[in-house]
Amino acid sequence: MTQFLDIRNLTLRLRGGPIILWSVSLRVTSGMVHGLVGESGAGKSMIGKAVLGTLPRAIEVMGGEVWLDGVDLLALPPRDRRRRIGETAALIPQDPLTALNPSKRVGPQITRRLIDILGWSKSEADQRARTLLDEVRIPDIPRVMRSYPHELSGGMRQRVLIASAFAAEPKLIVADEPTTALDVTVQKQILRLISEMRIRHGTALLFVTHDLGVVSKVCNSLSVLYAGRVVEEAQMPRFFMRPIHPYSRALLAATPTYLDPDGSLQPVPANVIEDVENENHHHALRAGYDV
Amino acid sequence: MIFLRALLTRLLTMAITLFGVAVVVFFLIRVVPGNPIAMMLPPGATEEDIARLQALYGFDKSLLQQFLIWSGDVLRGDFGTSISLRQPVSELVLGRLPATLELSLFALLIAIALGGLMAFLGTLYRHSAAEAAVDVTTGTALSVPDFLWALVLILLFGVLWPVFSISGRVSPSQAFEFTTDFYIIEAFLRLRFDVVAHLLSRSFMPALALAIPLAAIIAQLLKQSLKETMHLDYVTLARTKGYSETWVILREALPNAVLPTLTLIGVQFTFLIGGTVIIERLFSYEGLGNMAIDAVINRDLPLIQGIVILFAALFTVINLVVDMLYVVLNPKLRHA
Amino acid sequence: MRDARAHIRRPLGARLWLSGTWLSILALAAVFAPWVAPHDPLAQDLFLGRLPPFWMDGAEPGYWLGTDSLGRDVLSRMIHGARVALMVALVAGTLTCIIGASLGVLAGFYRGWSDRIISRLVDIWMAFPPVLFAILLIAVMGPGLVSIILAIVVIDWTRFARVIRAETLSQGAMDYVASAQIAGRTRFNTMIAEILPNILPTVVALLTLEMGIAVIVEAILSFVNLSISTDSPTWGGMIAEGRTSVHQAWWVLVFPLFTLFLTVLSFSQLGEGLKDRFDPVLR
Repeated sequence: MTQFLDIRNLTLRLRGGPIILWSVSLRVTSGMVHGLVGESGAGKSMIGKAVLGTLPRAIEVMGGEVWLDGVDLLALPPRDRRRRIGETAALIPQDPLTALNPSKRVGPQITRRLIDILGWSKSEADQRARTLLDEVRIPDIPRVMRSYPHELSGGMRQRVLIASAFAAEPKLIVADEPTTALDVTVQKQILRLISEMRIRHGTALLFVTHDLGVVSKVCNSLSVLYAGRVVEEAQMPRFFMRPIHPYSRALLAATPTYLDPDGSLQPVPANVIEDVENENHHHALRAGYDV
Repeated sequence: MIFLRALLTRLLTMAITLFGVAVVVFFLIRVVPGNPIAMMLPPGATEEDIARLQALYGFDKSLLQQFLIWSGDVLRGDFGTSISLRQPVSELVLGRLPATLELSLFALLIAIALGGLMAFLGTLYRHSAAEAAVDVTTGTALSVPDFLWALVLILLFGVLWPVFSISGRVSPSQAFEFTTDFYIIEAFLRLRFDVVAHLLSRSFMPALALAIPLAAIIAQLLKQSLKETMHLDYVTLARTKGYSETWVILREALPNAVLPTLTLIGVQFTFLIGGTVIIERLFSYEGLGNMAIDAVINRDLPLIQGIVILFAALFTVINLVVDMLYVVLNPKLRHA
Repeated sequence: MRDARAHIRRPLGARLWLSGTWLSILALAAVFAPWVAPHDPLAQDLFLGRLPPFWMDGAEPGYWLGTDSLGRDVLSRMIHGARVALMVALVAGTLTCIIGASLGVLAGFYRGWSDRIISRLVDIWMAFPPVLFAILLIAVMGPGLVSIILAIVVIDWTRFARVIRAETLSQGAMDYVASAQIAGRTRFNTMIAEILPNILPTVVALLTLEMGIAVIVEAILSFVNLSISTDSPTWGGMIAEGRTSVHQAWWVLVFPLFTLFLTVLSFSQLGEGLKDRFDPVLR
């Protein structure tokens, strides 16, 4: 099994400010789903952004490597990096309401990159878009392709975005909280759809989420992120049976239906957070950074 | 239907505005001390001569009567006869309008090109020294009005390094025979690109002076909208698809960021046209504004009225066109 | 984010200082003009015509920035010209501000008929080319300092009325105004206590901007020979003279032009700087 995505000791910081990701390593095997779990602010989205080359300018890479399909992205000049990412990876964004360009029709938003970047002909690209929209079960495809985004519902737009992510047959897809912005009823369908599409196309998936319930449904393995560090990395069934790190255990306890048969929600206890924070602070002091 | 009703309401307000302008200008200039008729006649003219001319121009009637007669004529398209130039005002004014329009449009194009370029560079190099440089440049350009930029340009490119003409619309040695008053457009349509180049180089300095403040406004507002748009998810998504930053800015962000700037350009364009009055004077450019100043100096009441009404009509029409353009360009409004 | 803010703040202070310094120098020169100016600004001496500034060949000691074609000292004329410029800036700017801002608040806060009439008037005013309007007014009233100030007020009140009306409208729609009203304040009290402090930064920025514009309008009117009488020196008048003789004596145009440029820039930068300083959101 090849490590399709291999992040080694990635360290990020706010320009002239604190470290936000401490020497993070993680691997995604081709065709597998790796979950990236943590509370908001833990830095999990930054990992996704680092892989896709969309880090905000205020964030600086201090060290580490991001190997995607045998190439270290961080060693490439920006232009080549972007091209490389465009050819091998794709993103399923968080908020379908803002992830489609409001001034363009839906069809071209799927097909343009196939034509512009990958050099397909227009008819090939159109055919491809129709096939994919059919796979994500969108009705009345010709009408949808002619629509502007504001004419479609949130669930429909997320389906369009999923279809678009798979359009160029990427080997890796980063799904950044793809169901958070959706209605609870739609969430399940979208989750099922992503799993289904991934299996059909044999794509590896890096699944960024704060929801362990979602992870248990779609992932093969996971990394738990806390305050910019990976505190636990585990294969799937093992993690839910025997979490090792105290933060993982607390997180699991705070997630309904896994540890508590009655489904009552346990907040992450304050002392656990304190422990982890002290540990981080300790690291920070040793490294000489101002926290 | 709603669109049509909105349009009718707009047309009505336009009419009210124009009527207001007519009232203000008509009564304002009749308070002018000094008899315009007396100024036209050679010294030694008799009282009867003056009275005859006053009757001819209608100055012997009461103000209200004069206004009613004048507005009746205006509605029929008759703006009277210029006192100083002794030609129909409508002929004079329409003969000069093309010169001012060509200058203003040229200035607008320069402003859009310059402002757009600055906004693009500021966005591409955001959060760097280059963006700070763009900000300082646009801030300075915006603080100083076209009148001063014109003088600076005259000094720099007319005197110290004389590369551009700073006087007149056409060189006296230009032998080309124009059949319309739209010189640049006519020369272009007749495929005389040498003449087009000549005309553009003659009006480049005044146009640039008019364009600099507008370019700065465009640069500031467009850059701000672009930067806000650059944070949005669909822009991020476009980056992950492998597009270059330039492509992302121009093709993904720009169409969505350009609307507020477009509305602003509409209003600012009327300001720019207002600026032609003094700029034409500075560069001895034979346009409407230059004629307007002469008309005021000569106390040529019918001509002043005609020019002011024409400017006002131009401004209101431009505002209307911009508003309609706004509806056409915004897909959300178009389908509503 | 803290760093980014600090980054933006620093140049703001600098431009406030620079523009403030220049305007102070100008104000001092204007007030003490008769003592500061090396020569009588009106004294003509045809033997001293078109002397170049001090660093060039043929310069005459004592005439630092040269003389114009009538042999009048450029520096002295500029110093005396600052009197007219600053007088117009202060008086016209303040009057325009008071009248325009009052009408803007009236329209924005009380709405109804006052708003309809004021907005319609603004529309009509905006349909006039301002420079033409100014020239027309001066032609009507006759040249002179009072005419210039009145013309600026008559033309530019709309700038304040428009902006302040919009600002007052948006402030009036905020919750804190509603709660002040519920708490039993009268409308007038609400306006004074709740709305005025919030629109003040905008008023200040517009006021300094207007002062710069007033200086320019005076210069433009001097330029078309419609300003105050020809025996008091004005920057605009000097520029008009300099423009005609620029090929023979560039300094007659360059020095007043540079001064005018710097002054207008300073007024607007001062306004921006003060606005940021006073803006409670940014502070």
